[in-house]
Amino acid sequence: MIDWAWLSDHVPALLYRTGQHLYLAAVAIAVGLAISLALGVVAARRRRLYPPFSLVAGLVYTIPSLALFAALVPIVGLNMLTAEVPLVLYTLVILFRNVVAGFDAVPPDVQEAADAMSYTSTSRLVRVELPLAVPLIMAGLRVATVSTIGLVTITATLGDAFGGLGYFIFEGARRSFPTEIYAGAILTILLALGLDRLFVHLQGRLTPWERRGSDGASPA
Amino acid sequence: MNIVGETVAWLTNPANWSGPNGIPVRFEEHVAISLVALLIALAIALPAGLYVGHTRRGTGVAVGIANFGRAVPSLALIGLVLPITQAFDPVNGFALYPTIFAMVVLAIPPVLVNADVGIRGVDDDVVQAARGMGLTEAQVLGRVEVPLSLAVILGGVRSSTVQVIATVTLGALFALGGLGRFIVDGIAQNDDGMLFGGVVLVAVLAMAAEGGLALLQRRASAASTGLPSRARVRGVAGPPLPDTAPYD
Repeated sequence: MIDWAWLSDHVPALLYRTGQHLYLAAVAIAVGLAISLALGVVAARRRRLYPPFSLVAGLVYTIPSLALFAALVPIVGLNMLTAEVPLVLYTLVILFRNVVAGFDAVPPDVQEAADAMSYTSTSRLVRVELPLAVPLIMAGLRVATVSTIGLVTITATLGDAFGGLGYFIFEGARRSFPTEIYAGAILTILLALGLDRLFVHLQGRLTPWERRGSDGASPA
Repeated sequence: MNIVGETVAWLTNPANWSGPNGIPVRFEEHVAISLVALLIALAIALPAGLYVGHTRRGTGVAVGIANFGRAVPSLALIGLVLPITQAFDPVNGFALYPTIFAMVVLAIPPVLVNADVGIRGVDDDVVQAARGMGLTEAQVLGRVEVPLSLAVILGGVRSSTVQVIATVTLGALFALGGLGRFIVDGIAQNDDGMLFGGVVLVAVLAMAAEGGLALLQRRASAASTGLPSRARVRGVAGPPLPDTAPYD
């Protein structure tokens, strides 16, 4: 059932694709987080901006990822942007809402206390609001990361230069070669589950005051 | 560059509305595959969530399953079961069964978690009062806990439905029917009208399902709080509705 010889022959290729997978995901998450923090700060200060931002973000999510990747080819050509722009857009949907929810979760008393201690608006943001928003931002990062790992597999439809481990899933299906499909699928799943665990751990370390634990059930 | 014009032309071309590859046929396939996956997921996740929420037993297992289901990428799941189902049924095993399997896994977490959290969130005094009035455990669940948490439970169903409708398109990469066919064929044939026509149809279906279930949810919420549905819309009262958790 499993062709072990193929696996041992393709260790370099498997490592290369794993690296590519992580690279594509990491760039998207870093850019997505930066944009979400900027938009989140603006939306948290000016509440009227939140509904339109949120609506647009929600709309993006009804577009199948497959189509969004393909749609960009005629516009930006076939390069890193073709893969990264949709990946970033999908992380925004998750991260933006969580950043705003994080800022919203800061108790008004705490903000008033900071004001009374004559914090400027910027230092209040950086030293008071941001640390208190960390639990929800981290929760968003966790979901965004896992979802991005899944989406990277779909970039394989753009061509052999993309896709990370998804490349093996598609090539294996095309050749009807189970070993290759399994290699791509199982490594992707391990990557997603591993990063999920890593974020739970990181969240616990970054916010030791959150006693409830980050792994509890929350409504979807 | 005139993508809007091409899309409108494709969507309004009568030829695309008939035949075995016509929009009505693909639409039906898309709805049928999504429904089958959702019904299987509901049959598994709803009883499990209600049980866990009511008895407060097995929460750890439920959370573990939900986290696993949320983390596992759909395409990887399709790949994982494809060689197995294909060995049993070369026709349906290549695309249909793996896609349905992946969609069931995708749809379980929101339903499971929301049913558990919804039931658990029912005021304990109300549950104790129901027990004091002599209701059996099944009656407490069916007549008190479920009606009071219906809005939260439906929130999970809504979340799952939208995710499944958008993600079933992946099956088209493995020769499955449904609206994803237009997207995949549009890419392959360099036909932007077909590609974006397919996108519009999937988005319309997803938003219609979202709207319909949101309406149901609002009614359920109004019924459980005893307030007119307008009040809920304005956010006057009622439990906060869980947000949809985005997914790929």
